[in-house]
Amino acid sequence: MELSGAFDNILADLSGGASVLWLALIGILLIIWDAFKNDDAALPWVAALSVVAAVVLEALRLQDTTTTAFFDLMRVNGVASFVSIVILLSTLLSITLSVPYLKGIRHGYGEVYALILFATSGMLMLGTANSLVTVFVGLETMSIALYILTGLVRSDEGAVESALKYFLLGAFSTGFFLYGIALIYGATGTMYFTEMAGGYAARELPVLFWAGVALFLIGFLFKVSAVPFHMWTPDVYQGAPTTLTGYMSTASKAAAFAALILVLFYGIGTLPVAKWQMPLALVALVTVVLGNLLALTQNNVKRMLAYSSVAHAGYVLIALAAGTSEGYAGAIYYLLIYALMNVGAFGVMAFLEWDDKEGRVQMLDSLSGIGWRRPLLGVTMGVFMFSLTGFPPFGGFFGKIAVFAPAVEAGLTWLAIVGVLASALSGYYYLRVLYVFWMRPIESADRAVRERSFPVPRLSAAVLVTCAVLLIVIGFVPFVRDMTQAFFVGATPAGLL
Amino acid sequence: MFAEKVFVVASLVAVVSALGMLISRSPVRSALWLILTLFCVAGLYLTLSAEFIAVVQILVYAGAIMVLFLFVIMLLNLGALPNLERVDFKKGVGFVLGVAILAQLVFLGATAVGDFPAAASDPEATGAATAIAKELFTRYALPFEMIGILLLVATIGAVMLAKHRFE
Amino acid sequence: MGVPLSWYLTLSAVLFSIGVTGVLFRSNLIVILMSVELMLNAVNLTLIAFSQYMGDVSGQILVFFVMAVAAAEAAIGLAIVIAIFRNKLTVDINNINLFRH
Repeated sequence: MELSGAFDNILADLSGGASVLWLALIGILLIIWDAFKNDDAALPWVAALSVVAAVVLEALRLQDTTTTAFFDLMRVNGVASFVSIVILLSTLLSITLSVPYLKGIRHGYGEVYALILFATSGMLMLGTANSLVTVFVGLETMSIALYILTGLVRSDEGAVESALKYFLLGAFSTGFFLYGIALIYGATGTMYFTEMAGGYAARELPVLFWAGVALFLIGFLFKVSAVPFHMWTPDVYQGAPTTLTGYMSTASKAAAFAALILVLFYGIGTLPVAKWQMPLALVALVTVVLGNLLALTQNNVKRMLAYSSVAHAGYVLIALAAGTSEGYAGAIYYLLIYALMNVGAFGVMAFLEWDDKEGRVQMLDSLSGIGWRRPLLGVTMGVFMFSLTGFPPFGGFFGKIAVFAPAVEAGLTWLAIVGVLASALSGYYYLRVLYVFWMRPIESADRAVRERSFPVPRLSAAVLVTCAVLLIVIGFVPFVRDMTQAFFVGATPAGLL
Repeated sequence: MFAEKVFVVASLVAVVSALGMLISRSPVRSALWLILTLFCVAGLYLTLSAEFIAVVQILVYAGAIMVLFLFVIMLLNLGALPNLERVDFKKGVGFVLGVAILAQLVFLGATAVGDFPAAASDPEATGAATAIAKELFTRYALPFEMIGILLLVATIGAVMLAKHRFE
Repeated sequence: MGVPLSWYLTLSAVLFSIGVTGVLFRSNLIVILMSVELMLNAVNLTLIAFSQYMGDVSGQILVFFVMAVAAAEAAIGLAIVIAIFRNKLTVDINNINLFRH
């Protein structure tokens, strides 16, 4: 067997994939550490610092041209670094918020942080993939870790049941997703995104290919909880520990959307025929409308935020349906802003729980006047809610411009109009939260119950304030938006060469 | 011709035993039927000259996964199950969906590959352990390592979720 | 090779559909998990058939990974089933009510 030369690029590969490998390595170290010193208080901070290191590394590579590593299995630098930063940022913020929260619900195990790092490692592989193999492996590593984190509070019926629901539907969708990969592989003869167009042209098996793409998209739409594959979202988001819900709803969505963007931009999108746009536009339409309508009727804040995250997946899909460079750029820009808003919103809710059920049964009304009692939480929640609605000058507004404008340019004006109308509708349920927080009188009767909510440590407060400040300033820093556009405009997909 | 005969026998047994898994009331019988299906699929891999995968199929599925299933069934002592499962609306939808998917996929499998390009190399060569090992440890080294992480995650997770008192 | 490719794909489709039907039809959690395993196996058959007919190893590598994932999913799935059984003393999905609406 001839193997010489197989590892000539090993150093470049290792440095290219450094974040993925680094987080996995630290995760393993944490597991060993935890075995010797159970639930050590320093453990989560080691995890957080390792994520900081990865963020710094990826930030240094943002300006470099996007290339590939590990036999073209993954992308590095440029857009891959941007996606990695979004995922890592959401991880970092979630870990910091989780430390006091998980301690409060008495489930601050050391293993949790190792699992978060492993999940993040899988997400990075998924979000920077250039091959169907890395998509599959990254997706599954992420999903399996998330199933476990969902059922973390397993003495509680609700938590285990939501883990079960997540797992069953996830495993079921994996079957379809994999069937899609198999058919695409058969129709193109390759696992690489960038070789799809060439393989497709050489073989001429359109029925096989498009059937494969359809099944493949079903798998993705499930992971990003687009209608009609969203049924798991409210139950899972409601049942999982609150700060981890924030992590799940942002990082895993960013990773899955990034992989979808890469496969569309470098692979399926380079094919001469574009049959995927209209179905995607229709899915986006249904997702936006149904997500917002269902969110209107919710009285539990976590459940409302779950439906709102369905709606936000719809906004990103609107940009993808445009199928242009601007659309992809807008989508990854939106993912960054969405991560800040949603981690923050779930973070605030985590510190306002007093039902001993991870906020599952707590209704919005029980938060009457809480803004006056916990002004920090009230004010930051105000920023997150305004931003989620899309009010200027908050980040959400600029994010929505970034996703709707490409759709208009691509001739999908009707879709953008529906998107705008739906966001106007969403103002009702987001602002209702603020109304209850600030305008309703404090109910003194259950003041004693309220004392049981978690105190906000300084670091967590700093995280919430950071999210809020970033959301206020990000719209005025055109640098970020310009950068995302440069990723896709400058680069020609290799499949077209 | 020999391969075709093996295919016909193995595929018939595979389908029948898969149906057996589907309709058995006792989970133990379902598991045993499934093991038979998995063996037949391993036989089909052999007709494709994918020897390595055929061996791994038996080792991993029959040897590890199904043993785990049987172990859990015994652990939970699931002898007493309700006799008949209700047929309700959801199941009606499920049935229609299942048939529709079946029809589409069969149509796809039977017709879509009419003029599939011939193989560039000998199937015996690509099915051998050496060919797979070479790719697995060079080109696919990164996902291979990640699969190691995934199995570690599953191990930790299984303990966290199933252990009686986790600390 | 003697056996036509479409035979393998058809068989794989049949097995996959039986798996799908099992997930949708059965109410015993453990049988549902087995049906998922059957679905993955059916896909593996398609992958191997394509891989061998094309003389390309990467399909078989993916099958190798799928088997590892199937093992991991079985372990996690059964752990969740045990946790459910501890809480509710049932593995019947009809007796498991997730939060309504």
